[in-house]
Amino acid sequence: MPRVSLPSQLQSYSGGLSRTEVPGDTVAAVLDALDARWPGIRFRVIDEQGRIRRHMRIYVGQDRVLDIGRTLSEDEEVLLFGALSGG
Amino acid sequence: MSHAIQLLIGTRKGAWIYRSDAARQAWTVDGPHFLGCIVNHLVLDPRDGRTMLMAASTGHLGPTVFRSTDGGATWAEAARPPAFPKAEGDNARSVDHSFWLEPGHVGEPGVWWAGTSPPGLFVSRDGGETWDGVAGFNDHPKYWDWCPADGGTPDGALLNQIVIDPRDPAHMYIATSTGGVFESLDSGGSWSPLNKNVEASFLPDPYPEYGQDAHYIALAPTNLDRLWQQNHCGIYRLDRPSDAWERIGKQMPPEIGDIGFTIVPHPRDADTAWVFPMDGTEVWPRVSPGGRPAVYRTRDAGASWERQDAGFPREQGWFTVKRQAFCADGGKPVGLYLGTTGGELWMSDDEGASWRCLARHLPEIYSVVAAPL
Repeated sequence: MPRVSLPSQLQSYSGGLSRTEVPGDTVAAVLDALDARWPGIRFRVIDEQGRIRRHMRIYVGQDRVLDIGRTLSEDEEVLLFGALSGG
Repeated sequence: MSHAIQLLIGTRKGAWIYRSDAARQAWTVDGPHFLGCIVNHLVLDPRDGRTMLMAASTGHLGPTVFRSTDGGATWAEAARPPAFPKAEGDNARSVDHSFWLEPGHVGEPGVWWAGTSPPGLFVSRDGGETWDGVAGFNDHPKYWDWCPADGGTPDGALLNQIVIDPRDPAHMYIATSTGGVFESLDSGGSWSPLNKNVEASFLPDPYPEYGQDAHYIALAPTNLDRLWQQNHCGIYRLDRPSDAWERIGKQMPPEIGDIGFTIVPHPRDADTAWVFPMDGTEVWPRVSPGGRPAVYRTRDAGASWERQDAGFPREQGWFTVKRQAFCADGGKPVGLYLGTTGGELWMSDDEGASWRCLARHLPEIYSVVAAPL
């Protein structure tokens, strides 16, 4: 099951958890699984058109994700970050 | 007589609630709520006196709406915040932030309206828990003419206000930063521009059918046929059924001008309103003209204006007061409240005759809403 790293900005949803595991064979499926567990979390990261929000970043391992359709293997880790967003 | 008031303060870094005693002299502070969140609007539902909605986002995260059903003691996120439908191409809009929250008509409990950036009109019929787009505006054939993608404020183009006629829930006005004012007679199903005689000095045709930047509109509570408008290009009044606005700001002192972000009607006197002028000359500093903050009041529907500045700095006071950051309560005498981009909260308990600072050092204030406590 893919591992997920959550930034501080999303830990109000996860009850303070910074790491978890959810099922999913794509980044989109992982985000859906996170949203099923913590309703609302996906929309804070992905807009209604399926685009990653401007000040959020998603990586799988060292690879930047630009398309949430990216496939995942069971042993990969999805890392969510809050990127720079101003003062 | 006056009554205890709560001031709902939205800032760039969170929300605060200030509560007064019955004399509006002693104030207590409750906050911050959602520290670090960008709070564009925090509004109490006057129909039940306890439901609050908050339009929030953060620098990183997408926009949402938080709800409280206990007067701000506890909060929960809306299950489905305002969002445009999935679409292709230019029509693939996404809500950057909700800007304005409007409780629905008193006869429609649970109904709320929201205006967003980019301009979008949304409605909730369950007290703000779930939201749907209003296709009559968002998918109007003229939408992209009224709301061009490259238009708008530094924080994005806005549907910045929603006004509902207390006599008829189907009769609505909205204000936008890219198209001016629009009117609907069928609960938002269809819309028509309402901008005759309103200037748009930044367009080749300075009096177009639409394209104006309507900073703020307000109904006179005791004359619901009277609309006040603080526009990017001056102060206006409209008395329905006429559709032609009158530029009442021409009577302001020329060295002050009639540029500003907001206008506040008197709750009981339809000829009285207040504005907070800002410098709209040359490069548009958008600060108090000359560094001398003042409110201006008309008591004759805009035929004349008087300066009210007692208590404000006499010099070097470079205030800016944004669209949603100036309001009145219903007290006798009327209490006035304004929040500045410099994080100061000011009040007058004598209808603007004198002012005192209630709070300093808050973050940039975006909205101030007065509600009975």
